[in-house]
Amino acid sequence: MSFNLQQIRKDFPILEREVHPGIKVVYLDSTATSQKPVSVIEAMDDFYRRSNANIHRGVHVLAEEATAMYEQARVKIAKFINAPSAHQIVYTRNTTESINLVAYTWARANLKSGDLIILTEMEHHSNLVPWHILAAERGVRLEFIPVTGDGLLDIDAYRSLLSQGPKLVSFTHMSNVLGTITPAQEIIRMAHEAGAITILDGAQSVPHLKVDVQKLDADFLAFSAHKMCGPTGIGALYGKTALLEAMPPFLGGGDMIKEVKLRSFRPNSIPAKFEAGTPAIAESVGFGAAVDYLASIGMEEISAHEHEIIDYALERLEEIPGLKLFGPTADKKGGVASFTFEGIHPHDVAQILDRDGIAVRAGHHCAQPLHEKFGISATTRASFYLYSTKDEVDKLVDGIYKVKKVFG
Amino acid sequence: MDDLYREIIIEHYKNPSYRGHLDPHDISFADNNPLCGDHIQIDLRVDKDGKVTEARFDGHGCAISQASADLLVESVIGKSLDEVKALNKQHILDLLGIDLGPVRLKCALLSLKVLKAGVYGLGEASDSLVE
Repeated sequence: MSFNLQQIRKDFPILEREVHPGIKVVYLDSTATSQKPVSVIEAMDDFYRRSNANIHRGVHVLAEEATAMYEQARVKIAKFINAPSAHQIVYTRNTTESINLVAYTWARANLKSGDLIILTEMEHHSNLVPWHILAAERGVRLEFIPVTGDGLLDIDAYRSLLSQGPKLVSFTHMSNVLGTITPAQEIIRMAHEAGAITILDGAQSVPHLKVDVQKLDADFLAFSAHKMCGPTGIGALYGKTALLEAMPPFLGGGDMIKEVKLRSFRPNSIPAKFEAGTPAIAESVGFGAAVDYLASIGMEEISAHEHEIIDYALERLEEIPGLKLFGPTADKKGGVASFTFEGIHPHDVAQILDRDGIAVRAGHHCAQPLHEKFGISATTRASFYLYSTKDEVDKLVDGIYKVKKVFG
Repeated sequence: MDDLYREIIIEHYKNPSYRGHLDPHDISFADNNPLCGDHIQIDLRVDKDGKVTEARFDGHGCAISQASADLLVESVIGKSLDEVKALNKQHILDLLGIDLGPVRLKCALLSLKVLKAGVYGLGEASDSLVE
């Protein structure tokens, strides 16, 4: 299927929403969460109208249907990231829970006091705080790959950190603030050569790029459905089979067991071992529909479109006097533009843009240490997805000039 | 929505009358809004009858947070500490003359939280002070 922007926009009913009388939303906040196409909304609606039941062990028609749908979605998600098999996909609530799952199981089973974990200075809080908690509990050491002035990872510094013999390297594939796409394949290869396991935070990359876990040789990949046209409340953890099998269970409860006695249990095989309790079933169906939708358009096409938009956006934003952009040049990043403007607080910028229906985000975007690194407390962030248009970029630019007018 | 950046707010943001510090002071307290990094410090001088005679604020943040701080500090001069303790969210909304959604309300209320935590002599400014 070829990339038809007009058709794609029609797939997202919310883009027609008037957020103020006569003013349609200009949604530039997809990095926070993406909008949902009709096919995803209908798949979940249809599930509740026709097939709703709890999964596994039911022998009635609805339970079998629901179970099949839950497992079919897993197969689709596995295929989407080119995982060798569907049992390597563990459903979680989101990227945050996926990273925490590894921190609470693999890391606590394998790391001891003094062991080194390498992170980066551009991590989201979700890939910092689980390790802070572990460090306080276990005395593991944390080191950080520095971010250069132009928003890239300092690979030379990484190389010298590797000489300290880390056990784990956990890093983002795409910064949610700078948009930087990190050289994941190289970082993983170098980590493996140093004998370390890797976690790739794919929250921003899986929705926007073709991510192939076999090509990357990723040990773990964490991502969320809601940033890739799917519902909130569900995400996934991909893991290599041997790692997942050797890991202790995460939460205890129903479904994650093979056998329970009064005083003991035997854990289920993967991935059920990590999926205690009734999961987000309708959401899994929505997740599967989201993956179908993205695959039908093509990830290469989506990336190419976003690249065209960010290229144009950076060019237009750079023209604005007093506006300072953060992050690398368009060729090294995804569709994210974070900026400060003439000392006007990002909350004020975002609030005035909202008058024209322009939805951007203001704050530290859950990456406070990165903002401190650049000596700022907050930025305004516009982010783009497959439905974004150049016309929306123009509206953003016009809106920023209006901000200037209000603050005189 | 247009009300949000009424002239009075922009004016108090750009040209605050009470920005600064008091040295010496009887009460001083500072806190941040972790969500957006806004920071406000308030210094007070209080006479022997427990009346605020002088007040100043300093800090940085969005127009709403800084304008509210300027307006709030102005409004408490001449009030007794008991009167200051009785101030609530509505006082700030009356000063600003606007209604605010839940996100921006936090910006507007930061100064009142700081003021009341200082007056009560608390270690931390909590949301319950301004409900």
